[in-house]
Amino acid sequence: MAQHLVDLVRQTFPAVVLSSHAQHGDETVVLAPSAWLEVHRFLKTDPRVQMDMLADLTAVDYPDREPRFEVVSHLHSLSLGHRLRLKAAVGDSEGEVVEIATLTGLWASANWLERECFDMFGVKFVGHPDLRRILLYPEFDGHPLRKDYPANKIQPLIPFRDVDNIEKVAPFGVDEGMSFGRQTHDRWGKPDETN
Amino acid sequence: MEPLDLELDSAEVELPVEPMLVNVGPSHPAMHGTVRCVMELSGESIEHVDVQVGFLHRGFEKMCERGTWTQVFPYVDRCNYVSPMLNNVGFALACEKMLGIQVPDRCQYYRMVLGELARMSDHLTCDGAMAMELGAFTPFLWMVKARDLIWDIMEEETGARLTHSFGRVGGMAKPPTDGFADHTRAVVKQVQSIMSEVERLLFGNRIFLDRLEGVGIISAEDAISLGWTGPCLRASGVPYDVRKAHPYLKYGEVDFEVPVGTRSDCLDRFLIRIEEMKQSARIIEQCLDRMPTEGPVNVDDPRVVLPEKEEVYSTIEATIQHFKIVMEGLKLPAGEVYSYSEGGNGELGFYMVSDGSGTPYRVRIRPPCFLATAGLERIITGQMVADVVPCFGSLNMIGGECDR
Repeated sequence: MAQHLVDLVRQTFPAVVLSSHAQHGDETVVLAPSAWLEVHRFLKTDPRVQMDMLADLTAVDYPDREPRFEVVSHLHSLSLGHRLRLKAAVGDSEGEVVEIATLTGLWASANWLERECFDMFGVKFVGHPDLRRILLYPEFDGHPLRKDYPANKIQPLIPFRDVDNIEKVAPFGVDEGMSFGRQTHDRWGKPDETN
Repeated sequence: MEPLDLELDSAEVELPVEPMLVNVGPSHPAMHGTVRCVMELSGESIEHVDVQVGFLHRGFEKMCERGTWTQVFPYVDRCNYVSPMLNNVGFALACEKMLGIQVPDRCQYYRMVLGELARMSDHLTCDGAMAMELGAFTPFLWMVKARDLIWDIMEEETGARLTHSFGRVGGMAKPPTDGFADHTRAVVKQVQSIMSEVERLLFGNRIFLDRLEGVGIISAEDAISLGWTGPCLRASGVPYDVRKAHPYLKYGEVDFEVPVGTRSDCLDRFLIRIEEMKQSARIIEQCLDRMPTEGPVNVDDPRVVLPEKEEVYSTIEATIQHFKIVMEGLKLPAGEVYSYSEGGNGELGFYMVSDGSGTPYRVRIRPPCFLATAGLERIITGQMVADVVPCFGSLNMIGGECDR
């Protein structure tokens, strides 16, 4: 359906298109991560493409691969009615340095989508104006949608935050409180220590 | 929380007031669902706002990676919990797109009727809650009564009022009951009469209209750039509806219209939902007329559909087939797919990656109201603090779907 878009991207950026495929009718272009912003800008502004909506942006973790993460964006043109998926592989195998350019300058929806992607995968979007965690809290340890994050991992309890001009005393310290919850979870995590 | 910018440009002309930080939510009656708005006020107008979501985050996508594809259905139910049937069907469509199968006609119409009923209950909830937050309590009760009538149908068909888990890959859990068509026709008629009463009650109400009209305006360009879809985008005058633009099921064959707004304010978003309920009633009527009363509901494909219970107990082949589907899960072919349908709030997308085993490698749901809530900051900055309530209500933020 959108094969002509794939050809167009291939012709315009012959050096950065690593591969392309079409599964189940969804055309996909795999890009070199350095051209991520450039290709998106072209697709948004070119009159033949007019991708006016960034429908979705997310990532997939492949711990065995190098680069480890695939950042996936879904573009949609409301005026012309076609769609295209773009992917770029980023990140080392440890997941320490995972960086790609931000798309916030092109679409407003990229703001929250990239924040979520950062929150869940730890992908840093270079140039993002406000890259905070969005669904989780700032003290959260790790990035839960990575494959090496155990689904039953227990997060440490955190004290109240220090906020100026608010007089509030934390009712419990870091290791106190919520004893029933911790015991229940520990039973799943460490079967040997239950008794 | 990050410190907000405390500089005020207008300090020279106005009285030197200190900006006030007001914290609304996460458990505030106007922030239905759980969302927190940290607002910096100058007088009564909002200078800056920080919208914080995620209080209902339950790790939907992580949980999906632990079970089989079929076990995702109960989770998608709990994403948009006022129209779970649309999520069920959306996810089933995504799996079917991957498998390359199409369900029989009877099932397609059945899915459409149930889906449109769910859409009506979604819009009833949104409009009702919006009216209630503006002080109109009676319309809310009436709309909840109408929603309850719809849920009665759901209960009769699926056995559950709210979280049905009724969709299956390759069909539905059960065929329609005998009285389904008659019951649905009667309920749709009742809902419509309730809605006409509600309209009479609300649209003669000056206070209600004044609080919605001209409030929370957003341009079509901004709405598209924010990734808005569904009623919120259509209120901005963009006639994008997945059912029309990319017809799935039998939406290409039924006759309905896509209402669009002109001023893209809160009143338009309210009216669009009311109009869409009427269009849903039209679709339901046509589908019920065309839905075959006989014939299979599930696709005839032993790879994905469980065999009849009788055969499971009496033949070894069916026992093995049942065991393999339940214990190993459906084997979706390796690859990736993005499938989209029109949910209650807009384009409900599923981006799924399969590695060919029975367990999903990655299930990403594209939540329409996550992106709608992202636009809240833009539409309430510069408004009065009382306008937050209708603006937030008109976006129909559903906590389960926004935070997942």
